[in-house]
Amino acid sequence: MDWSALGVSLWLGAGTLVVLVPWGIWFGRLLAFRHFRGKLLVEALVTVPLVLPPTVLGFYLLVTFGARSPLGQAFQSIAGHSLPFSFAGLLLASALANVPFVVQPIQRGFEAIPRDVRDAAACCGLTPWQRFVRIEVPLAWPSILTAAILTFAHTLGEFGVVLMVGGNLPGETRTLSVAIYDRMQAFDDRSAGIMAATLLVIAVATLMVTTTLSRRVSRARA
Amino acid sequence: MPDRRLSVVLRQAAPIPLDVEFSCEPGQVMAIFGPSGSGKTTILRAIAGLYRPEQAQVRSGGESWTDTSAGVFLPPHARTVGLVFQEYALFPHLSALGNVMTALGHRPRAERRHRAESLLRLVHLTKRMSSRPHELSGGERQRVALARALAREPAVLLLDEPFAAVDKAVRRRLQDEIDSLRRTLEIPLILVTHDFDDAVRLATHVLVVEHGRGVASGPMSVLTSRPDVAFLREAVGLGSVFDAVVTRVDAERGLAALSFGGGELFVPARAGMAGASVRVRIPAREVILAVGPPQGLSLHNVLVGSISAIQVEPTSDLVIVRIQVGDEFLLSEVTRDAVARLQLAVHQRVCALVKSVSIEVQQTSRA
Repeated sequence: MDWSALGVSLWLGAGTLVVLVPWGIWFGRLLAFRHFRGKLLVEALVTVPLVLPPTVLGFYLLVTFGARSPLGQAFQSIAGHSLPFSFAGLLLASALANVPFVVQPIQRGFEAIPRDVRDAAACCGLTPWQRFVRIEVPLAWPSILTAAILTFAHTLGEFGVVLMVGGNLPGETRTLSVAIYDRMQAFDDRSAGIMAATLLVIAVATLMVTTTLSRRVSRARA
Repeated sequence: MPDRRLSVVLRQAAPIPLDVEFSCEPGQVMAIFGPSGSGKTTILRAIAGLYRPEQAQVRSGGESWTDTSAGVFLPPHARTVGLVFQEYALFPHLSALGNVMTALGHRPRAERRHRAESLLRLVHLTKRMSSRPHELSGGERQRVALARALAREPAVLLLDEPFAAVDKAVRRRLQDEIDSLRRTLEIPLILVTHDFDDAVRLATHVLVVEHGRGVASGPMSVLTSRPDVAFLREAVGLGSVFDAVVTRVDAERGLAALSFGGGELFVPARAGMAGASVRVRIPAREVILAVGPPQGLSLHNVLVGSISAIQVEPTSDLVIVRIQVGDEFLLSEVTRDAVARLQLAVHQRVCALVKSVSIEVQQTSRA
């Protein structure tokens, strides 16, 4: 069992949540409530990482943030190291790959709030911020939680983007799923088996929690 | 007492055509009445600040809420309106009490709970304060929505089809409750409805809306003077509406005597009627005209008056005759042939005959 790989995986999952969820709430809510020109295109772009092969996503990230690109050079001058093959690069890649997993459930969650309910909150004298905190977030909360859990689980299992952008540096960018591949290449079936079982348990637990949550919500609104 | 007169001007060509102008004084109930899809709800939303028409002016007392010509548009949370939504729009994650407390943000925190409880008691919802909306019946939800709207201590109360989602028995009780409530509130009350019953029971004034355009407005008696408003004729049938008081009930004969601005009317007696104020509607097609006092008829109601107007219907053989009886007006729908035969003319004295069972009586207050 590669404990440092488990550590990198968990840190990556938590980091992705911290980066992605607040932004996802803002953006999902925007897509749910606002109508604007080009919304269809934006929604399609949000979904792209879902259908794109992870290696393609990884390739473009490397091109965009590579040492020869202006963005990559800017990052290098600020952080002192290049973005690819670092944990920061991994985090950025993971966040981008998970955009649809966060935005879509949250968008549906906000869309499910009837307009009259939001209007009623305004007529009750609640300011936009009070409406958001006291009415919208509590009603969209199950969706936000589902999005967070799905994203966390998905991050643990991410392989293609991680390998392309992060490589396989122990303690820095080697996640559990990369470590499994690494161990199998070295004919270390036992270690690979333990790590695979760990990921399996986490995946099953995640699904159980989300199913329970969605059941409880549908009961409460029945 | 602050000035709480509500005055509204809304004009816009598209996407929802609007052309209305009205005002409502505290204590008055303005029924916005019209077919579905005529823009009634949009008018309420514009008053509440949930909709911004192209040209609008909404004033509550001395405050300007909307004035598009001056660039004034107060957001809804800055307007003191109580709005009861058609489907109630309760907050599903909060109890009845929590729903009402949400609208009490202007009160000190320590007072809110007590205040919310007393409001729920006011709408007769004492037992189910901790229930969530999905555990409540339609009538109970409506009461929570009403308590929540009142919690805001609004300068105007807006009701959007408040009885559409409850059955007839509940509807009747809620109408009574709102009616007694509005007598204690010194604010204008706007009621959107497509049901004439609601308007007759609750309204003091009416605004008739067709395709977003106000086609008639004024006191309830506007209905008697405007046979040209097509929607009223189709939805309600032409008729005259006025207020009366039950002066006596003759249980033996099964009749009640009503005193109104034009004299006395007899209607079938009902329990609990004696001394009550009522609103009376006499359908125009139920009024028979005679040029002299009739004899040997079973009728109780013979009202003597003079013809104030004769309106010939261009598209039919019917003629609407408007008769002044005392201070009130009656409408009678007769054929063109009858007008010719009786040689009816303006200022002529006629007898209007009405069967007692044809008179629709709504109690507006208890004895």
